[in-house]
Amino acid sequence: MTWFQKWRRGEGAQGLFLISPTLAFTLLLLAVPLVLVVALSFWTQDYLTLHRTFTMDNYKTAWSEPMYQYLMGRSLKISMMVTAMTVLLAYPVAYFISFYVPPKRKAMWIFLITIPFWTSYLMRIFLWKVILGYNGVVNGSLMGLGLIEEPLSFILYNQNAVVLTLAHAWVPFAILPIFVALERVDRSLIEAAEDLGDSKLRRFFRVTLPLSMPGVIAATIIVFIPTIGDYVTPRLVGGPNGLMIANMIELQFKKANNAPLGAALAISAMAIVTCVALIFIWMNKKYIRGAK
Amino acid sequence: MLGRGHFFKWYMGIFLVFLYAPAILLPVFAFNDSSVVSFPLKGFTTKWFAVLQTTDSLHVAVRNSLMIAVTTAIFSTLFGVLAARASTRFSFPGRRSIMGFIMLPMVLPEIIIGVSLLVVIIQMGFELSLWSIILGHILICTPFCIAILSSAFMNLDQSLEEASFDLGQTRWNTFWLVILPLVMPGIVASLLIAFTISLDEFIIAFFLAGTEPTLPVYIWGQLRFPQKLPSLMALGTILLVLSISLLLIADYFRRRGVRKTGIENSGGFL
Repeated sequence: MTWFQKWRRGEGAQGLFLISPTLAFTLLLLAVPLVLVVALSFWTQDYLTLHRTFTMDNYKTAWSEPMYQYLMGRSLKISMMVTAMTVLLAYPVAYFISFYVPPKRKAMWIFLITIPFWTSYLMRIFLWKVILGYNGVVNGSLMGLGLIEEPLSFILYNQNAVVLTLAHAWVPFAILPIFVALERVDRSLIEAAEDLGDSKLRRFFRVTLPLSMPGVIAATIIVFIPTIGDYVTPRLVGGPNGLMIANMIELQFKKANNAPLGAALAISAMAIVTCVALIFIWMNKKYIRGAK
Repeated sequence: MLGRGHFFKWYMGIFLVFLYAPAILLPVFAFNDSSVVSFPLKGFTTKWFAVLQTTDSLHVAVRNSLMIAVTTAIFSTLFGVLAARASTRFSFPGRRSIMGFIMLPMVLPEIIIGVSLLVVIIQMGFELSLWSIILGHILICTPFCIAILSSAFMNLDQSLEEASFDLGQTRWNTFWLVILPLVMPGIVASLLIAFTISLDEFIIAFFLAGTEPTLPVYIWGQLRFPQKLPSLMALGTILLVLSISLLLIADYFRRRGVRKTGIENSGGFL
């Protein structure tokens, strides 16, 4: 038995040895910096000198100042709208590829859907500004068709534009996990439901959708958490009423020169988003268990 | 069936227009003979591409970005190979949580990574430079490399490795002569993906760029000037063509790798 244990230990050691450079790099450049940001959020800075005495002031400001409260609420709302829109847009696409596309061409379709994600991030956002603008593509074609007489102004420089642009940027990330989950759905279960007389719609809501929920949850998390940190989209297409908390974080770290407050805002935003995500996961677990 | 199929046809059509709208408009405006980026189109020109050739600050930014992207691709693929090999071949204590931790940058908002690296670099008293951007880019590219490389390593038939041992090869020789050639397509795909991500990354680069801009940081600076927009469209078109070609090559290698190991091809990246 001892040689067996030794071998086991050997394999474990080999694995750890192999992974150690990557792990060390991530520890050094992710864990350590994150800890430092947390520490920074409890410090204060006036002008360029940093005071390393523990204080909750930054958090007090971040949570009580109406402007920050307002920005945080709006960012949360925008992120939720983006997530909902992205998942709703993505589900039929994933469903189509999984259920309607012949197996041989599935890879091609997935590739087709991921291509736009790899095109220049800044240019993509900027082009939405061109598409939605006052003299933009949408207004131009609608006026050309005679459907409207004056350019629509509610489509650019507001929250709708931010939601649309972010949804466009993240939709491939939502399609992939939902597609993977749908691929794993045992087709014979759907046939069984059919044989037992369930209609198409009932079959979908009772079999396919619950079984693909893990993919939907993954998509939600993948989209929801990063969108709170985007400051380019709000800046380019959001106008004054579309700015988000990330714009404020960027401002504090750069122009306003108040990194501790920026750190407190960043950590608060992350904490709120993580909580919302956890509540969402918990509710889903409960709901799916209830459905059984 | 027909009704549903019809619904999906319409839906996919509209969805693809939505998805590709920016990518299609980019070259349209790049070749448009007008200094305003809007419809109606005025005529065909290539002068915006010529403008790019004479813009020196752009060339500096391109050089910086290429240096960053190449270095990032090499290091993140190296880290990716180690992690992917370790997690697919060996079981070791805490494997799941270690892998979860390494993959974390994939779901973390980039602003958090940018901010935290900025804080560390300034606190340690280092100057911001191209290297600070490289470090940030390696951090976010490594998870993507691991995702691609894991599937390459997972498809490896372990009996090939055992056969090599039985034939008297050392561990090192086995790795060089058997494993590496089999996962090579995966490595090429990983290099190309990391290169593409790094070349286009803006949020982290913007936080960590000192005095030397990368290409996206340069583009960001130019977006404010309306007269620069047409030539930016031309630049965007070049980048678009470049990254799509790189992706097609990466996908070709990934497929070849999958075929080599004899497992049916399904899904794409990630």
